[in-house]
Amino acid sequence: MENAIDITNLNKVYKNKVIALENINLSVKKGDIFAFLGPNGAGKSTAIGIISSLVTITSGNVSVFGKNIQKNPEFAKKNIGLVPQEFNLNQFISIEETMINTAGYFGITKDIAYKRTEKLFHKLGIWEKRKNTPREISGGMKRRLMIARALIHKPNILILDEPTAGVDTELRLYMWDFLKEINSRGVSIILTTHYLEEAERLCKNLAIIHKGTIIQHSSMEKVFEKRRSHTYILKTSEPINKGTTINGLSFIKTDKHTYEITISNGISVTDIIEKLKLKNINVVSMSSKRNILEELFIELTKEKTQS
Amino acid sequence: MNYEVFIGFKTIVVKETLRFARIWIQTILPSVITIFLYITIFGNFIGERIGTIKDFSYVDYIIPGLIIMPIITNSYMNVVGSFYSARFQKSVEEVLVSPVPNYIILLGYITGGVLRAFCVGAAVYFVTTYFTELKISNLGFTLIMTFLTAFLFSTAGFINAVYAKSFDDINIIPTFVLAPLTYLGGTFYPIEALPVFWKEASIFNPIAHLVSTFRYGFLNLVETDLTLSLLIIISLIVILFLIALTLLSKGIGVKN
Repeated sequence: MENAIDITNLNKVYKNKVIALENINLSVKKGDIFAFLGPNGAGKSTAIGIISSLVTITSGNVSVFGKNIQKNPEFAKKNIGLVPQEFNLNQFISIEETMINTAGYFGITKDIAYKRTEKLFHKLGIWEKRKNTPREISGGMKRRLMIARALIHKPNILILDEPTAGVDTELRLYMWDFLKEINSRGVSIILTTHYLEEAERLCKNLAIIHKGTIIQHSSMEKVFEKRRSHTYILKTSEPINKGTTINGLSFIKTDKHTYEITISNGISVTDIIEKLKLKNINVVSMSSKRNILEELFIELTKEKTQS
Repeated sequence: MNYEVFIGFKTIVVKETLRFARIWIQTILPSVITIFLYITIFGNFIGERIGTIKDFSYVDYIIPGLIIMPIITNSYMNVVGSFYSARFQKSVEEVLVSPVPNYIILLGYITGGVLRAFCVGAAVYFVTTYFTELKISNLGFTLIMTFLTAFLFSTAGFINAVYAKSFDDINIIPTFVLAPLTYLGGTFYPIEALPVFWKEASIFNPIAHLVSTFRYGFLNLVETDLTLSLLIIISLIVILFLIALTLLSKGIGVKN
């Protein structure tokens, strides 16, 4: 199947000689929800900027549905909707006018633009605010406006750079559902996020970028297989004596009756709970210290830094 | 230009027109008040003592120059202000990620500047009719010159906006370049009245050529070689347009 995006040997060096991207190779399948992860300054926004024509390429190729974006910029732009990380809204015009203008840039007539705006604003819950300027609406509403704006020309690829940054939990959950719905209509989605839970919930495939290079590019399933250990938080009925080990693993006390234990792959957590029970210690509750993706992310970026 | 591209062009032009129309107190009115003061003070109070220049009353002689002054500053300030503001807010990205070709983006902003120049030009001309019964001798030529002047300075404003790093930077050229060139460009006196050095230097002053051609349009008074003046103005337009287009295509000031 044709890929939505193909990036080959992409390099970006800024004028101040900072190497933002180094020999990036990446592909995003058509219809995928793809997570693009990395710590601050890793190169995520640069890569997204290049795909959406806001950042120039130093060397390498980027193709959208098989067509090189430098040779066919109009084709690429028509197919991409961008939700940038920073608010980039005209502060002096109404949010409805912002939509009509953006539609106009994509060659969409006003009457069609008004209909699409109404539909998107209703869907995203900002219809009542259509006559307000961005200065008069909340951060969450601005975020929703930027998503609506990116969808006004019905793109086949939606790129979201930290779309849920600064929005409350309720809205985040709503946005996840909204993105899933859009994806179900065939729109490929690329998502950068700091919330690894977001990537875990939404995405089938991912890439992790660190210091300008890709350190992981695979399906989410393979990522989970790759994890080496996982840390659990256990709450027990009785205290665990200092120095107690089970299967060679020791417990770190964090609170009264609360312990952390890091379990390597292949060791059963149930086995540990049963062995604690034999010592008359019941596990009252158990939870993950971090989500699995977060742990892997830390492991991989630590490895890369050390290497 | 296909229909989709035309819609893109129209969108930029409408956006730009609404921008200056909404804030007409800041964009149109100041020029009207300035021209009123200029004519009252220079034209009437001082002009009566000066008498006539080349068979025209002093107020009639300076009116073409007084009208072209706000045309220059308004076309320039409209584009430099609007495009820099779009860069500053990053809302310029809206159009950069769209399929609108670079030359259309440039033409859209320039057209906004040209339209503001025509609005201001018409408003200040209306003010002058209160003081004088002067009729425009060559209306067609005057309109063409208004268009060329506005186009030239809108393009220059765009280049300034690309390089501006702060709002202060958008006032440097109007203050330190346009104002001196305007005052040395024969707005208030004939170029021949200048000392030899400044008279000879005025051939390199585009505003002197504009004032001269505008004066021909209004008064049918030939002061310089009109063909040479037109050639210089059109050449400058072509050069500045190509520079602006190159800057935009390379993403200077708008892309990383």
